This record gives sequence, structure tokens and C-alpha cells, in this order.
Amino acid sequence: MAEIADSGGGHDKGGKKRPKKGSTKVDMTPLVDLAFLLLTFFVLTSTFSKPKVMSLVYPAKPKDIPEGEIPKVNNAVTFLLSDDRIFYYEGAFYPAGNGAGKPATELLETDFGSQGVRKLLTNLNRFVLEKKAGLDEERKRNPIEDSVYLRKVKEFKGDIQALKVLIKTDDKATCKNFIDLIDELKIADIGVIAPVDMMASELELVKAKTGK
Amino acid sequence: MPKINMPKSTPSIDMTPMVDLAFLLVTFFMLSANFRSNDIVQVDTPSSISDKAIPENVIMVSVDKGGRVFFGISGNESVKTNLLANMASKYKMQFTNEQVKAFTSLTNFGCTMQELPGFLNLSAEERKEFVSEGKTAGIPSDSTNNQLKDWIYYGNVEALAAGEVAYLAALDKGLKAEVNEFKPKFVLKVDGKAVYLYAKQVIDVFRDLNLNNLNFVTSLEQDPRTTL
Repeated sequence: MAEIADSGGGHDKGGKKRPKKGSTKVDMTPLVDLAFLLLTFFVLTSTFSKPKVMSLVYPAKPKDIPEGEIPKVNNAVTFLLSDDRIFYYEGAFYPAGNGAGKPATELLETDFGSQGVRKLLTNLNRFVLEKKAGLDEERKRNPIEDSVYLRKVKEFKGDIQALKVLIKTDDKATCKNFIDLIDELKIADIGVIAPVDMMASELELVKAKTGK
Repeated sequence: MPKINMPKSTPSIDMTPMVDLAFLLVTFFMLSANFRSNDIVQVDTPSSISDKAIPENVIMVSVDKGGRVFFGISGNESVKTNLLANMASKYKMQFTNEQVKAFTSLTNFGCTMQELPGFLNLSAEERKEFVSEGKTAGIPSDSTNNQLKDWIYYGNVEALAAGEVAYLAALDKGLKAEVNEFKPKFVLKVDGKAVYLYAKQVIDVFRDLNLNNLNFVTSLEQDPRTTL
């Protein structure tokens, strides 16, 4: 037979049933344990700096270029990278004893610091930077649309007077050198960036400089 | 001498503020975290001022410190399945269903086609070991055996096809869709310490395929122009 739990029906002494007078405090320790466990997990698995991308448009590969022919460029500077060092020369390259009767090109050295390549580029790319600064001033007085602004900046960068940059790397240059330089070029608002192969005569000059 | 009366009950501290704090931090980290991707290889990227976020639809080629090349493609299972099928028929190889399934779960990989079946049979941990212990030289990208070119070519074809489907679906829904957003972007993730020649080899592969618009993965650094 099923038993029916009898609460006493008022037969207990005192009559009324009182709730137990225990403390209402809950032990929080396991909760804290859990919380810190989760905290540790998230701290260790998360990464904060979201990777970014820097885009670089390469010139299309020419179908066939005659060997040794140097394309004529106005207002250009060529950077030569090698093992954390950076050399440059302005204008076209003239090897020693060239037929044009020009003095042989000499490499100048600079560095990746703000006094080095950044100052150099700011100087050389004065045309674009001054135009851009002028546009910024004008924009403050009467605002123009972003798309118009960007188009104008692009025009300045593509101007014949704007600086063009060629980048050549030897076999000791690291990717960091390359990307640092591209970064400096972007800071200096250089429009035309062309990574190209190093010529043998240039490589010799770099080797003479680095002593390797 | 009077005796000091020690309290009889156990000393207890109110933990509630601590719990509050802990959960606050948990919530913060949970919301702000983007998880470390399960890339097969560790690549320390250089920094730049560019603040462009990584696009969604990418074909990513990684170059590690030693110049080994790794390939990865975003997209759903069918993109990767088709890609592997194309590569298998090109190299006259067979993959079992398990191997195809393993392939679709990979973020990126780096081994020759010949090593690939064995590589796919490994567990995720073993794959990482396989790479870190240098048992593979990465995807060959030199002119005599340019497997990377095939991966990029077929990956591009598949990603374009998938992008077209997504584009049309977006148009059907009446969304304003930009065609270019559905095209795959080509991303290069190079280690800062890697010799540039290795990166150049990969860049040349892209340029051979007439894919000239490349993106380098970098970490963000302060733009000096804004601090001046």
C-alpha cells in the first residue's frame, strides 16, 4: 500500500511549521573558479590586432623586352635593397665608361628611419605633397566630396612631375625591408611604384658597398 | 589575563564583487576576441600603415621564414572539393572521400601533390608537426615543377565561379551588389625575415597568370602623418 506522508496535521507541538533559519548565502567559490577559467581561456586564445592588407599593383608582365634595354623614365629614383641596408640613385643609371659620356652613377646610402628615407622622399616628392597640402587647405575652406578629393590626389600622383620609384632587391634583402620601403612610399604619396629586377652592373655596385 | 575570543564560525569573504569583475572581463574578452586562425604555419608579418581589412574572399599564399610556400583558399566546401578534383585530374591522382573531407577542413597547407594524400591522412596535430619538423619543402613554385601556379589557377577559376553564384544570389535578393566584391582577392602573407627572393618567386607566379593586383598581409602601425 502506498504510504501517505503525514505532516502531522497539527499534531506536532507548536502547531505551525517554520522554515529553517539557515543563512541564505551561496558559496560563490565554484562560480569564481569557473569565471576565471573562462577568462584565462579567452585571454590565451584571442588575438587583438586584426591583420590588415597593403595592396600593391604590379605592372603587367611585358611580353618580351630586349635584354639590357633601360626604359626611359622622367623624375625617377631607384632604391636598391640589400640585407637591411638601402641605397639609392636618382635618374637613369649610367655604368662606368658609358657611351653617353655621363659620369658613372654612384650609390648613396640612407636608412629606414624617419630622418633617412622618409626625409629623402618628402624632398623628392615635393611636387605631389605641396599640391596635396594646397588641396587640403582649400578643402578646409570649402568642402568637396571625398570622391572628387581622391580623384584629384590620384591626378597629382600620376602627373609627369610626380616622383616615380623603382625598387630593386638583391638576394640578401628580406621581405621586411621590401614592405618597410613600400610603406614609406605610401606615406610619401608616391603614385608609381615598380619593383623590378636588378641589373648586373647595379649588383656589382651594391656588392662593393656592402663588401660581400 | 583576558582571553581573546576567536570567532567560532569560519571566516568568509563576500565573493560577489569578484564574480562580477571576473564575468565582466570574460564578457569583454568574449566579445572582442577574434580567434587565432588555425594556420598550419606561423608567419610573422611586417607592419605597415595600411588600415585596409583583409577581404572575405581570398586566395592566400603564405611564405614562411625558410621560404616554404603554403596555399590557402577561402570559400565553402564545394570550392575546395572542386579545386582538389581539378588538381587530382591534372596530376592523375586519386583521393578517397575521407581525404577530400580532410582537405575541405584545411585553412591552408603546404606540400607537393605527391605528399598530399599522406598529409591528408594525418590528424590536425600531426599536420602541424609535419610542417614544423620540416618534413616538407612546401609547394614547389619553381619553373621546372610549378605546382603553385596550378593551385592558384584552379583556385581562381573555382573562386570566380562561386563568386558569380553568390553575386547572382545577391542580385536576386535585390541587394546592391558590386561585382568586384565577389571576385577573389590575392593575398600574400610573407614572413618579415624571409629573403625577398622567395616572395618574388611567388609574385612572379601571380604575374605569370596575369594577376597583378596583390595584397600583402601586414600588422597595423601608427601613421607618422597623423602624429605630426
